[in-house]
Amino acid sequence: MEREILSFIQEHSQWKGTGMKELVVISGKGGTGKTTITASFAAMAKNAVIADCDVDAPNLHLLLRPKIMETHAFYGMDKAKIDLERCNECYNCQNSCNFDAIDENLIVNQHKCEGCGVCEYVCESDAIKMVTKISGNVFRSATNHGTMVHAELGIGEEASGKLVSAVKERSRSIALENENDLIITDGPPGTGCPVLATITGAHLALIVTEPSLSGMHDLERVLQVTEHFEIPAIVCINKYDINENNSRTIEAFCHERNIEVVGKLPYDTSTNLAMMEETTIIEYSQNVLSEGIKALWERVVSELEKQ
Amino acid sequence: MKIAIASGKGGTGKTTVAVNLALSIPNSHLIDCDVEEPNCNLFLNKELEPIGSSKVTVPNIDEELCTYCGKCSQMCRFNAIATLPEKVILFPTLCHSCGGCILVCPEHAISGKEKCTGIVSRSADMEDHPRLYEGVLNIGESMASPVIKELKRWIEPNISTIIDSPPGTGCPVMTTLEDTDHCILVTEPTPFGLHDLSLAVEMVKIMNIPFGVIINRSEEGNSIIEEYCDKENIDVLMKIPLNKRIAELYSQGIPFVEEMPEWKERFSALFKNIVNGKELA
Repeated sequence: MEREILSFIQEHSQWKGTGMKELVVISGKGGTGKTTITASFAAMAKNAVIADCDVDAPNLHLLLRPKIMETHAFYGMDKAKIDLERCNECYNCQNSCNFDAIDENLIVNQHKCEGCGVCEYVCESDAIKMVTKISGNVFRSATNHGTMVHAELGIGEEASGKLVSAVKERSRSIALENENDLIITDGPPGTGCPVLATITGAHLALIVTEPSLSGMHDLERVLQVTEHFEIPAIVCINKYDINENNSRTIEAFCHERNIEVVGKLPYDTSTNLAMMEETTIIEYSQNVLSEGIKALWERVVSELEKQ
Repeated sequence: MKIAIASGKGGTGKTTVAVNLALSIPNSHLIDCDVEEPNCNLFLNKELEPIGSSKVTVPNIDEELCTYCGKCSQMCRFNAIATLPEKVILFPTLCHSCGGCILVCPEHAISGKEKCTGIVSRSADMEDHPRLYEGVLNIGESMASPVIKELKRWIEPNISTIIDSPPGTGCPVMTTLEDTDHCILVTEPTPFGLHDLSLAVEMVKIMNIPFGVIINRSEEGNSIIEEYCDKENIDVLMKIPLNKRIAELYSQGIPFVEEMPEWKERFSALFKNIVNGKELA
């Protein structure tokens, strides 16, 4: 079924046949180095749009220092609003709500309401309206390395997957407009809704892992996700030298599954120093790590050409 | 007492804190709500047995009865049903199980079909300390919250319960934090850590949950988090230093309180302080 969805989306995508490629950087486990690597790629790419799809905890802007050029309001799911003056207390809404979002006083719990509109449909006295609400913003920004699309979600808002899709849509239309040949996307951790929204339609996923038990476990799960949706995946082992035994296990595991390990990057405290200076590691220093990231980028570009 | 361990940024040490804290409290239960990437058991190696599953209802369309009128697609605000002239395409991963399509179908061609989206397990040995409960979201499923809700049904009142949250500030985190008594936000002293901590702080404030901060991989001479907490009047509950021994134990999958008993005392004291603070309030 998911494959059907994917092919449906690819068939109907506006940029089909434009030659534009989409690279997503994901990880399963958080804190493995996705953003550090994505920002470095942005600094080396010649003609790319950069997208931050980790809308729950976005960090890419801290390294790329975007200057906001356009702000677009993001509407999350509508929320039910009950006009108690019109209400005849039939309680159809409460009985039909599958999310327990309407209490005995007919008050709608804004966090529980998922915006399905069933209450509006079953209301006898036309007392319920679905109300649109701005839940965040999508930004188009200028950086030293090209256009960046990023977002902020209002505190307590819950439509992360929908906002990820909005960031992706905007990145694609900008890339079409500016004839960019690549979109580089910084993804969220995990395997759920925001990750699925991020990888949909991507040509290649770079999975950044680390040689810890959690890193290995989460790599295995996120690889199952990319396989399930038939997104080609390659792997980079970050901080490979903190446990070389585990790194070898990861390499063997990937080899067995026919997944290419395209880079092994050393642990280096200069990433934190670059972060403090609000810049990418590529611009910050010439060291083993920045050289490693450059070599990784070459490999990623050649893998993208194959897709 | 239910204490949730959350963070904003991933990889800051939530699981490390949750496991070590649970090990330092007598008779505790540990609930791993990071159902997208559950990691607690990598450090505990408990034998788990399945005890439940999260089930959602997705539509099942009888094409014999369907007239392709498109009312279901119009009703569905999650884009989970597309009606073409002679075909209806379902996108079950987008379905929120609201039941709207079933209600609107004039031909009664749509019925509900149960689908399992995740599995809940717990320690096979009920004497385990801590007794572990874990949820796992099935691969390819998008919604973590139903698994977390199913998992949280197993929380027992009057038991000291530690809850490991997923990263971020989105729906799964808010579902995890709902109805907890206290939240510990784990961060690291980097600009990324600080930025995501500030987002998590705003979230727990809105949810009205008392909270404090643990700084992991803390270093001498780096006070970026302390300065923020000081300004915002937030308690720093503990600092876990950037320490080679702790890092080694982590990479071997050993909870560091097992090898460094002085830390067990610190976690135990931390727990008592939170409980006492709660009683005073």
